[in-house]
Amino acid sequence: MPVEVKGGQDVRSFVRTLVEEQGSEKAELIPILHEINHELGYISDEAIQELSDRMHIPTSHIFSVATFYRMLSTEPRGRHVIQFCESAPCHVAGGRQVWQSLQKELGLEKGETSADEKWTLITTSCLGVCGIGPVIIIDHDIYGNVTPEQVPNLLKNYD
Amino acid sequence: MKAIRSMVLVSGDQVSLNHGALEVFNALQQQLAAFGLEEEITVSMVNDVNKPGLDPLVLVYPDAVIYGSVTPEDVPHLVEEHLYKGRVVAEKQISPYDLTGRIAWLSARKGTLPAEHRIVLKNVGLIDPENIDDYILHDGYEALAKVLREMTPEDTINEIKASGLRGRGGAGFPTGLKWQFVAGAKGEKKYVICNADESEPGTFKDRLVLEGDPHSIIEAMMIGAYAVGANEGFVYIRGEYRLAIHRMQKAIEQAEAYGLLGDNIFGTDFSFKLHIHAGAGAYICGEETALIESIEGNRGEPRPRPPYPTTAGLWQKPTLVNNVETLANITAIIRNGAAWYKAIGTTSSPGTKVYTILGNVNVTGLIEVPMGITLREVVSIYAKGMKDGANFKLAQTGGSSGSIIPASLQDTPMDFDSFSKAGVSLGSGALLICNEDVCVVDLAKVLLNFFRFESCGKCNPCRIGNRRSYEVLCNIAEGVGTEQDLKDLQMMADQLYQLSNCGLGQTAGSPLRDILAHFRAEVEAHIKLKVCPAGVCPMSGHRVYQID
Ligand SMILES: Cc1cc2nc3c(=O)[nH]c(=O)nc-3n(C[C@H](O)[C@H](O)[C@H](O)COP(=O)(O)O)c2cc1C
Ligand code: SF4
Ligand code: FES
Repeated sequence: MPVEVKGGQDVRSFVRTLVEEQGSEKAELIPILHEINHELGYISDEAIQELSDRMHIPTSHIFSVATFYRMLSTEPRGRHVIQFCESAPCHVAGGRQVWQSLQKELGLEKGETSADEKWTLITTSCLGVCGIGPVIIIDHDIYGNVTPEQVPNLLKNYD
Repeated sequence: MKAIRSMVLVSGDQVSLNHGALEVFNALQQQLAAFGLEEEITVSMVNDVNKPGLDPLVLVYPDAVIYGSVTPEDVPHLVEEHLYKGRVVAEKQISPYDLTGRIAWLSARKGTLPAEHRIVLKNVGLIDPENIDDYILHDGYEALAKVLREMTPEDTINEIKASGLRGRGGAGFPTGLKWQFVAGAKGEKKYVICNADESEPGTFKDRLVLEGDPHSIIEAMMIGAYAVGANEGFVYIRGEYRLAIHRMQKAIEQAEAYGLLGDNIFGTDFSFKLHIHAGAGAYICGEETALIESIEGNRGEPRPRPPYPTTAGLWQKPTLVNNVETLANITAIIRNGAAWYKAIGTTSSPGTKVYTILGNVNVTGLIEVPMGITLREVVSIYAKGMKDGANFKLAQTGGSSGSIIPASLQDTPMDFDSFSKAGVSLGSGALLICNEDVCVVDLAKVLLNFFRFESCGKCNPCRIGNRRSYEVLCNIAEGVGTEQDLKDLQMMADQLYQLSNCGLGQTAGSPLRDILAHFRAEVEAHIKLKVCPAGVCPMSGHRVYQID
């Protein structure tokens, strides 16, 4: 399935515009990857190829950067990305039970995307909102003090 | 400008927003205008006062009255009774103690928490972070003016040196000395970086400063830049901190519009340009050389040191890297003088420290107190004791790379030197308090899982050591651990420390070392008796069912 950018633009011209706007200095690579990831939901091979041509940076470097950072993905993701914090403070606050409930409800393992492409379930390290742990982030919505019982209802908010 | 008589704050965290905080905010503005009070009463949004079930909250200063949960329909009555007639609406009022410590600053609370002393968080929760005028009204940009007009770069460095300020990013390095190194380094072009990557589990103090008082960081970076001879800077903010990035961006634009950032500041020949770089999610990028690699557009892999960033940092130029909390001390030191600062805290660690309190206690949240108070004081006074009256078992200080400390160290003063003398580290100031329901093997498993995941993979001791330690802990937790595993854990803890290239690997072994030193019997019970005394590990489940 060809990936399309909003407004009907194709991936290559979208990438080209980004590089024109932000410049082709290597220091712009990560901010540009952020934008591509935001727009497409992930960083496709085509985007990497176009970036390499425009910024004169080897594809291997771009790929190695894109796979290094947690907020960037080189794999397509579901419509909604669920991030579950698995660090110690959330764990001690009852995170383990919430994780079990989340897995049961979605039928997904760590890192998996559901067959209908609705959900991607990923775990993450501390998100800096431990004061209200256990914490789940769905897309950009932060949910704190989550209990295992609340999980099904939380998921109902998304379609 | 007319005198402000009262300030009204609406909780603006995500949960409150979902529950209509914005509508309440709009209704307040409308009603205040209807009563002609808009000039003397300000309304703004604050974060991190989220109290589930009672949000959105409305806080009225200086009375320190909190209302919750407030609907737009409640607003006319609240405005007429409280803000117009001065009568507190008792039926909507809630106790500040319900707020589990997240509340920024309330006079009522200050009275019961005598030792809380705010320097770093002076403005947080009190001023509108999106309004530069509000910052200026609270002494903002005064320290910068003082430095540029009355002090030479050398004076400035000497003042910071004399204050005894030590870095709050984890290592406690003397800040003035670091400034002096960068000032003394050769090179026309120099940089200043604010390390706002903050990804240490349990730590969110820097986020609150960035969200609540962004101008204080800009001002401090400029003072640092003037002192070391830099004219360009970066704030490296963790990518997930969207609100902090937004507030900082806005603050930079406002400062530029006022001529407080840019060329020839205050008519002097000092110029400064500030950029934001959003992180893309990697704990290791908090390590200063990895952070620099990341700004340059690379994988965040630490460089070998030396050379240190003070001589060869960003694009190989001398670079000053300071943590957010470190910087948040600077303006107060300049305004009030080094002697004032030195009088707070302990002799070798002056000033205050911000702690985030988490875990099995009654009140979790954030405090700023003078250096040198003890863990016992924190738990009993600020955290209001252990939850459900359970017993204190251990605390982890300083996030995942900090130390696991047993009850016997509860009375050690929390300052850099007392802690390092006791063989433990203060780190970022996160305090995770655990009761007896927490199993040390399970805790260590979670911590090593973190390091296994966050290792940048560049050097073998760390990449392999963390993975292997995690696997061994999993075996122990599942009841198939052997005595050899115990020896292996000890060896891996030591080798991680000795052979790793950077601080991540070097500290990854500390949870292992600490549980073996302080809780060895509990680990041995898993191996020899196949029992998890806390009843947490998978094998303990099997055991219980067998007995049934
Ligand atoms: C793995 C690792 C992660 C770190 N993360 C942070 C961080 O998130 N924020 C921070 O200020 N310092 C962090 N540091 C410490 C920095 O390398 C550096 O010492 C600090 O920013 C210096 O600032 P200071 O002197 O003001 O403390 C980290 C260090 C290591 C080894
Ligand atoms: S110690 Fe770990 S994080 Fe540090 S450079 Fe080596 S592999 Fe990377
Ligand atoms: S530990 Fe989960 S958000 Fe910090």
